[in-house]
Amino acid sequence: MTAPTTTTAAGRPFHAEHPSAAGTSPVRQISALVRRNLTHIKRQPEMLTDVTIQPVMFVLLFAFVFGGSIVVPGVDYKEWLLPGIMAQTMTFSAFIVAIGLNTDLGKGIVDRFRSLPIGRSSVVVARSVSSLIHSMIGIVVMSVTGLFVGWGIHHGVLRGLAGYGLLLLFGFAMIWVGILFGSALRSVEAVQGVMFTTVFPITFLSNAFARTDVMPDWLRFLAEWNPISSLVQALRELWGNDGIPLPADSALPLQHPVLTTVIWSVGLSAVLAPLAVRSFVNRTRD
Amino acid sequence: MTTSGAAIEAVDLVKTFGDFTAVDGVSFSVPKGTVFSMLGPNGAGKTTTVRMMTTLSRPTSGTARVAGLDVVRDADAVRRRMGLTAQSATVDELLTGRENLRLVGDLYGLDRRTVRRVADELLERFSLTDAATKVVKEYSGGMRRRLDLAASLVATPPVLFLDEPTTGLDPRSRVELWGVLRDLVREGTTLFLTTQYLDEADQLADRIVVVDHGRVIADGTPLELKDRSGAASLVVAVSRPAEVERAAEIVRGEVGEIHLDRDARRITAPAEGVGALTRIAARLDEAGIDLDDIGLQRPSLDDVFLTLTGHRAESEAPGATSDASAEEALR
Repeated sequence: MTAPTTTTAAGRPFHAEHPSAAGTSPVRQISALVRRNLTHIKRQPEMLTDVTIQPVMFVLLFAFVFGGSIVVPGVDYKEWLLPGIMAQTMTFSAFIVAIGLNTDLGKGIVDRFRSLPIGRSSVVVARSVSSLIHSMIGIVVMSVTGLFVGWGIHHGVLRGLAGYGLLLLFGFAMIWVGILFGSALRSVEAVQGVMFTTVFPITFLSNAFARTDVMPDWLRFLAEWNPISSLVQALRELWGNDGIPLPADSALPLQHPVLTTVIWSVGLSAVLAPLAVRSFVNRTRD
Repeated sequence: MTTSGAAIEAVDLVKTFGDFTAVDGVSFSVPKGTVFSMLGPNGAGKTTTVRMMTTLSRPTSGTARVAGLDVVRDADAVRRRMGLTAQSATVDELLTGRENLRLVGDLYGLDRRTVRRVADELLERFSLTDAATKVVKEYSGGMRRRLDLAASLVATPPVLFLDEPTTGLDPRSRVELWGVLRDLVREGTTLFLTTQYLDEADQLADRIVVVDHGRVIADGTPLELKDRSGAASLVVAVSRPAEVERAAEIVRGEVGEIHLDRDARRITAPAEGVGALTRIAARLDEAGIDLDDIGLQRPSLDDVFLTLTGHRAESEAPGATSDASAEEALR
């Protein structure tokens, strides 16, 4: 460090050279922070394994290992499975938000952000946006993988896009779960441990991988009221991956899966958002 | 109660975490363009004070102003006028040096051209131009600290807070950082720095407060604080071990009470001015005793600290590495 004096030696007063901070728009703050989060992915591409290699592995495992012994009438199991894996991938955006947020909270960088004249919510909103982008990368990878194993969208572009729209809406609800876990838990290890033992089994306790109508009654009840099942059923119906029509004795949410997914997403957000925000504010207060 | 011209001011600041009082009624006032140092051991409340002054933590009671603005009521305006270099590195490890500075510039809302210019100027000023495109993870400790400081200067804040800026740096990096800080002060920045290094406060500060257990136990200029811990002492270093006792007799004959360290061949006595020094030097010379050194010694800030607190600056909380971690544990 020999140069620092040269600026002053040149006789240019440091203060006069720089403008003072004028304050900034939330959009500018959020886009700068999203860019920062995405740069992290660029520098550590292995961060994407959770939405690429992992779900592809699930497709292969279920399609070829378990698939032979799972029969879904009227449709190839691989085609039926794909919407389930996509819904699971989207549910895991809660993980991505929680781990990203918790990692930042554990480092001094949050103090840097908090010492700047930016909105407190900018950090959280940016984290949510970049996590949704992260998950959408996974959805694209899954769609391409699906095309290779025989999955497809059979009811046209509009209904196809509606399916992706529902996925995104559900991902939005999952973000609040992520903010809540990410702020409330004290370490990345804790986040991983707690979420793996809760969110992960919940994605299996659904119609994502297996039919619910052959489950024991109590299990079937839980699985069919699981918000993830509504999303999966909606995707199967919108995309035409559902084989034979839904059994008439299925639970109410599955009878109207699109509407129920919207209600679940909005409802979960409404309940979880205030809790998540409070948890984040508490975490960053002192 | 506002002292005119004060860049930083605190009145009766208190911060409690549950039953634990981290900061217990601290007041100070820092005139514009001066360096103010808060000196104290780990867990004394230095970091907590900085966090309250920089809007990161809300005071339990008391008031604080930065650039004339209240840190609670006008928090956002305060953030626009101060820079903070916190104790833990607050730069992003996965971004390059340049990306880090541009991110901060974007967040301040500087226009894009200015962001680019300021980032490059700061990289140049802190000798980081060569490392500008390197990811921070690959930086040395000293480079990180410089980048951290650079990030605090992106918006050219008139007031700069530094929490133990040189902790963990090698001696050369420390001296270099001191140079940078002196330049900033010359350009008109007001500095508030915490340190547990007495020589750092001595080197940089116009005014020092000594804190312990969340309370201010002394304040003044470095010189005033040294004077407070007692008069200077006369130190005689004898060359040959065999002559130590004889030399001690002669000194004792002149000033009465002495302290003798036989292993170090050192005699220490209360100094009674320069007269005593020349008289003793002459007597020892007459006796043919060779000396390595003779002189008056002012007490170091270390002595000051010992006098004020009854314990050495670094002796407390051996397990804790910082204020922050000690307080973290108590939250």
